[in-house]
Amino acid sequence: MSNVLKVENVTMQFGGVVAVDNLNLEVNKGEIVSLIGPNGAGKTTAFNVITGVYAPTNGAVYFNENKIIENHPQGKMKKLYRGENNGKYHTSLAPTPDKITKLGIARTFQNIRLFKSQTVFENILIAKHCRRTSNLFTATFHLNGKEEAQMREETEKLLKILELENVKDELATSLPYGKQRRLEIARALATEPSLLLLDEPAAGMNPQETDELTAFIGRIRDEFGLTIFMIEHHMDLVMEISDRIYVLDFGKMIASGVPEEIQNNPRVIEAYLGGAADE
Amino acid sequence: MTKKKETIINVSLIVALLAVLYVMEHTLPSTAMIFTVLKKGAIYALVAVSMNLLNGFTGLFSLGQAGFMLLGAYTYGILTIPVEQREFVYMYYDGGIIHFSVPVVVALVAAGAVAAFFAYLIGLPVLRLKSDYLAIATLGFAEIIRAVFQWDKLGPVTNGSNLLKSYPTFRSVIFPFVVSGICIAIIVMLINSTYGRAFKAIRDDEVAAEAMGINLAHHKRLAFVISSFFAGISGALLAMYQTTIQASMFKSAMTYEILLIVVIGGIGSITGSCISSFLFIILSEWLLRFLDSEMYIGDFKVPLLRAGFRKVVFSIIIMVIVLFFRKGIMGTKEFSVRGIYNFFKKRAQRKNAVQGGDSNE
Amino acid sequence: MEWFSKNLPYLLAGVSVGGQYALIAIGYTMVYGILRLINFAHGDIFMVAGLMMVYLSATMPVYIAIPIVLVATVVLGFLVERVAYKPLRQAPRMSIMISAIGVSYLLQNLALYITGGLSQQYPAIPWISDVVSVFGASTKRVTVITPFLTIILVIALVVLIKYTKIGMAMRAASKDFETSQLMGIKINSVISMTFIIGSFLAAVGSLLFFTNYTGVTPTVGAMPGLKAFVAAVFGGIGSIPGAVIGAFIIGICENIIKGMGWTTFSDAFTFALLIIVLIFKPTGLFGEKATDKV
Repeated sequence: MSNVLKVENVTMQFGGVVAVDNLNLEVNKGEIVSLIGPNGAGKTTAFNVITGVYAPTNGAVYFNENKIIENHPQGKMKKLYRGENNGKYHTSLAPTPDKITKLGIARTFQNIRLFKSQTVFENILIAKHCRRTSNLFTATFHLNGKEEAQMREETEKLLKILELENVKDELATSLPYGKQRRLEIARALATEPSLLLLDEPAAGMNPQETDELTAFIGRIRDEFGLTIFMIEHHMDLVMEISDRIYVLDFGKMIASGVPEEIQNNPRVIEAYLGGAADE
Repeated sequence: MTKKKETIINVSLIVALLAVLYVMEHTLPSTAMIFTVLKKGAIYALVAVSMNLLNGFTGLFSLGQAGFMLLGAYTYGILTIPVEQREFVYMYYDGGIIHFSVPVVVALVAAGAVAAFFAYLIGLPVLRLKSDYLAIATLGFAEIIRAVFQWDKLGPVTNGSNLLKSYPTFRSVIFPFVVSGICIAIIVMLINSTYGRAFKAIRDDEVAAEAMGINLAHHKRLAFVISSFFAGISGALLAMYQTTIQASMFKSAMTYEILLIVVIGGIGSITGSCISSFLFIILSEWLLRFLDSEMYIGDFKVPLLRAGFRKVVFSIIIMVIVLFFRKGIMGTKEFSVRGIYNFFKKRAQRKNAVQGGDSNE
Repeated sequence: MEWFSKNLPYLLAGVSVGGQYALIAIGYTMVYGILRLINFAHGDIFMVAGLMMVYLSATMPVYIAIPIVLVATVVLGFLVERVAYKPLRQAPRMSIMISAIGVSYLLQNLALYITGGLSQQYPAIPWISDVVSVFGASTKRVTVITPFLTIILVIALVVLIKYTKIGMAMRAASKDFETSQLMGIKINSVISMTFIIGSFLAAVGSLLFFTNYTGVTPTVGAMPGLKAFVAAVFGGIGSIPGAVIGAFIIGICENIIKGMGWTTFSDAFTFALLIIVLIFKPTGLFGEKATDKV
């Protein structure tokens, strides 16, 4: 089995605080893998490293076995660095988030970030921009009619699949919460990713909405041939759809395995019950 | 309404407008106030729209517009002064160092290109700054440009702090209308393209836009360069309208005025910017003129009226708009044939529904 | 030594102008610290203070006019905040900045209307307008007084902010606007206080500035205003000592450039400095780093 995503010895240190400490993980093709852990464990920071929002302090990230991100402690950080594997990495490769997206990694956000003044349809259409072949000139003078039509057609198709067609001309922010989450996923899918990162897709949802989401995530994985890596707190959802689970606590990986293993792992139970309060 | 029909209506409206202008020009005396308003209004409409592209559509709060207009105005003037006039214009600099002139259209494009080039140069560092820092940095850039153009060492090119004059200008009101019209049309097409959508995405949420694969640095710079290009052209048009150019015209107060026009029209509305430009010029150059001269009704001298009062009233109106009608005239809406058509259609439908007397309600 | 004696007048003028910029810059930096607003009207408040002095001193002795100018400027600053900024507290930042530009436009036009666009002669204030000799260079006494007065006022202000209750409230509000509100701080009075202090210092600055530069025109506030803002950014916006140091540096550099015969570029220099600082150290010399949370 080939891995789609491989995070290797990634450490993220802010000043003196180590938010992610020597993280190693792999996500294989077609899998749904979850990253869980108490609040403040460094899950979103790990996502931000993978998607290029932060350059890691040390370590590397591979996508489809190609190195996409690498960094080592530099400048002031040389002295401050408290993580492991210092000296193992020598180059600095830090693409911006848009480059990562173009490679085929899309993400959603913990606190929904839709384009507020745009309609549902436009929100998805915007995401198609990164796959354009037209340039500024052809786009402005509408010489890319074919591509424009195709963009719109694909957007319509996505709306249909995600059951958002009946609200397509409404403002994105006027949708109910559950639908906004779904729109964010649709928008991520519009960038034509092979790996989808979901940051707490079920946050703030009631049990019924969570159930719907569980089925929905499974369905899009099959329909779009995706690999999914997600952060989630709803244990029902995590246990039901995850192929494998990684557990993070205070920036460190404390366990990994299939759902049954995780459920019975004493360190995980301690982290959740003995550690910081969790929802 | 089909698309084809809409295009036909739009084209015929434009033709009709030009025809009206043509007729007016041949019937009214050329000194009529209306022509000042129309000429200046068209020029301000272009610069307001170009500013709106940046501030309203891309969410970049830039205050460098006057600087780019200055670049455009000077480029135009320097390139078009007839060779035989140069000795006279550059009399303190031995006729200057440029001894050729180019056709008006070429000079207009060059005016835009020079402004765009400078925007490209300063865009690299400046566009990384957040909102208000960007505003102050671009304002500062405009001030630097103004100082540089007045520098006497550059006199052989810029004529130092002396006037540039004797370059070709326009007589007919149709010229600024056509040039501004074409430029604004290009901006509108850009905004409706996939690039325009990317600009709006950046305005709404930079982080999400970047996560959707939009290269922030590249797109911000595009918007900045394009906006400056058209500001440069409008600067050239203004130079033609004024018939002389002096760097001290392009103060930050000019940028503020344009910004206020954009705000009055609605940040994020092209038609709003156009309407408010004409409104601004009509009010300040024409309708409120009476406020500047003393007036007697019988023996009674109307208080307050004297030179400068017009601008006071004007700024109070602006403050009222800024404070109480924050969305401006148009908000983010656009004025279009289709919009009007749909509006009346909806009203007709509602009327029919009411007359039909749906008894279930 | 020869260089020194040749440039001494410029150096003195630089220190003096720097002190005047510092007094204006504090108003910018304090308002920015709390409201995150570039108060574009601040330079114009400085100008209005100058104009009021011109008109008041025509009808009354200077020693009565000065306190009235100080009080009236403070009232003006307070009113501007209440009328033009307070209603926009929930609005996007761009709206409130536009409102500030609008106020600036209004104040300038009002001044234009009242003065008729003519430069007004600033009255000579006894004692501080007298000519004195420093190391052989003759200058007005105000040049010598300005830096000391500035430093005294700044120290008083720092003490106020460090040790009084309202100072603590200001510091809290500049750290976190919303939370400080939840903690029971009356945010409106804190903001009013900030504008009052800022306007007071601008009025003092205008007394010193115009004693040296005698002509008051409607747009005279714009340039010192912008430069004081640059000083605030240079020092790290939100930091009072930063603003003061930045203002002195800018004042001195600007006058040395004038001394070298590059007068055209003395304004441009300030802005070039601003752009360079923003590029290499966007938070200024003493500013705090701000990060965006994703």
